[in-house]
Amino acid sequence: MKKNLWQSPIVLIMIPLLVFLFSMVMGRYPKPIFMPLDVLLNDELAQRLVFSLRMPRLLSALCLGMSLSAAGGVMQMLFRNPLIEPGFLGVTQGAGFGAALSIIFLGSSPLLVETSATIFAVLGLLFSYFIARRIRFGGWVLRLILAGIAVSAFFSAGLGILKYLADPTSQLPEITFWLLGGLWSVTWRDLFYILPVVIIGLVIIYLMRWRLNLLALGDETATSLGVSVKRERTLLLGVSVAITAVVVSVAGIVGWIGLIIPHIARRLVGANSANFLPVSIAIGGAFAILCDDIARTLSAGEIPLGIITSLLGAVIFLILMISPGVRLQR
Amino acid sequence: MTQPILTISNLEFSYEPDQKNVLNAVSFEIQPGTITAILGPNGAGKTTLIHLMLGLRKPHTGNILLKDKSISHYSRKELSQWVGLVPQSEYVPFEYSVLEYVLLGRAPYLGPLDLPSQSDIEIARQALIQVGIELLEKRPIPELSGGELQLVLIARALAQQPKVLLLDEPTSHLDLSNRNITLQILNQLRSNGVTILFTTHDPEAASLVADNLVLMRQGKVMHTGSLETTFTSQKLSQTYGTHIDVIRVDGLPVVRSLEKLQ
Repeated sequence: MKKNLWQSPIVLIMIPLLVFLFSMVMGRYPKPIFMPLDVLLNDELAQRLVFSLRMPRLLSALCLGMSLSAAGGVMQMLFRNPLIEPGFLGVTQGAGFGAALSIIFLGSSPLLVETSATIFAVLGLLFSYFIARRIRFGGWVLRLILAGIAVSAFFSAGLGILKYLADPTSQLPEITFWLLGGLWSVTWRDLFYILPVVIIGLVIIYLMRWRLNLLALGDETATSLGVSVKRERTLLLGVSVAITAVVVSVAGIVGWIGLIIPHIARRLVGANSANFLPVSIAIGGAFAILCDDIARTLSAGEIPLGIITSLLGAVIFLILMISPGVRLQR
Repeated sequence: MTQPILTISNLEFSYEPDQKNVLNAVSFEIQPGTITAILGPNGAGKTTLIHLMLGLRKPHTGNILLKDKSISHYSRKELSQWVGLVPQSEYVPFEYSVLEYVLLGRAPYLGPLDLPSQSDIEIARQALIQVGIELLEKRPIPELSGGELQLVLIARALAQQPKVLLLDEPTSHLDLSNRNITLQILNQLRSNGVTILFTTHDPEAASLVADNLVLMRQGKVMHTGSLETTFTSQKLSQTYGTHIDVIRVDGLPVVRSLEKLQ
């Protein structure tokens, strides 16, 4: 089998690591874009800032990118559809609804908003799952997709009602800003909240990276190859949704990473999930950090992360679709 | 007679509890190292029967014995080391290379967290050689022709090293040349000791390679037996519900169905 640079573990670790280290000295203190090294070594305020603000933020961006691109890659395989996004099963809209609900009725302390967003993200999946089981036609994949669309619409209608009810001077801007996504408020506490789920989830996905190919084959063939399709699919789907739900609950709605990065990874190393998933995780982490760098350094105010990922994501997506030699679908 | 490798006794099956049976009192035996064709018109229950033999669905009554043990007593993994499937068609949404795809046939021998080893890759390459497509190793699956894809699916099942190979309509969408290549491969597998069972609605494909026939119509087995005793005008006509002549050309049976169309 052909080996290329992207299959080397060293390369895959170095990409996010270098981007991470580079981003540590990026910001707007003491002056925009780069912090000189001697400031970092001598200025106590600079050190505090890097340790207690930038470090957790960069690590969260790393978790966000790795989780969304891993979950996106897994779900595209499970649903045998390269255009699936990790939040589509009611997860993203559920999280948005949960966050808004908390901001209006429970208060906007980060812990409350995150918990409420996580709960409703998971509820979104559960609704989709159980509705899919009751739909009387179509294969399993089609039923889940239909149920996901319905549940997402339901939550986005609910979100609309909440926005309508919200206090337009204080709550509404907060909801809007949350929905645009961003990591400006992230602290070590937020990071520790998502870290256990993200680590366990990514390890499971990484370990089952070859097995995942079998689940993309369709039930009949996968079963004939000895796969317990229902059990393994439920496990990987559950894991993907869990990591998506926790990172979305902290970062808000950050689109396109989970759709685009797996495509880029497949383009680099081919469709075999044993190869493309590690690449997807590595460049997903790096991409999210870079987007967040732009979000926090480009202007004196914060640009919502979701805007940057969507903008860059859409441009990259179009380049991928237009450039010769790429076939997303037969 | 040796002990049958597959004994199917009295299978009854329907997709919904209150619906009419898709399979009715289906019984027959398969001897090891033979080729059996399950022959019958569309909707006879052939594919359902294959699904039951794979353990994909459970019969309401009746039993399927593999050697001397019911298939429900095999674990998924164990069963997949015994029985391989070549599905009728397969939609592949991603651009796997042929070798990567055939390598998936090694899954029955790998744990959930394992990656295929060098020896698995060797076995997959051997499977490609066996069906004569070793030159296609690096080609992306979506670029293959229908005939080539069929050979890839067979190679994947061979990488599984099964003792029993089930093929669902392996020739129904192939041109004559590709059909003959496929049948030739089945012939060659039989001489390697693999037991082969394939469904088809084309009597000619069956007559070219099968040792035994199972003739099915509307979920029932109409006739079973050796090719010589079952490939007759009367039995085929009864199975298909239309008049079929069996004539001999150079000693080989050929069918002709020339009922006047209304």
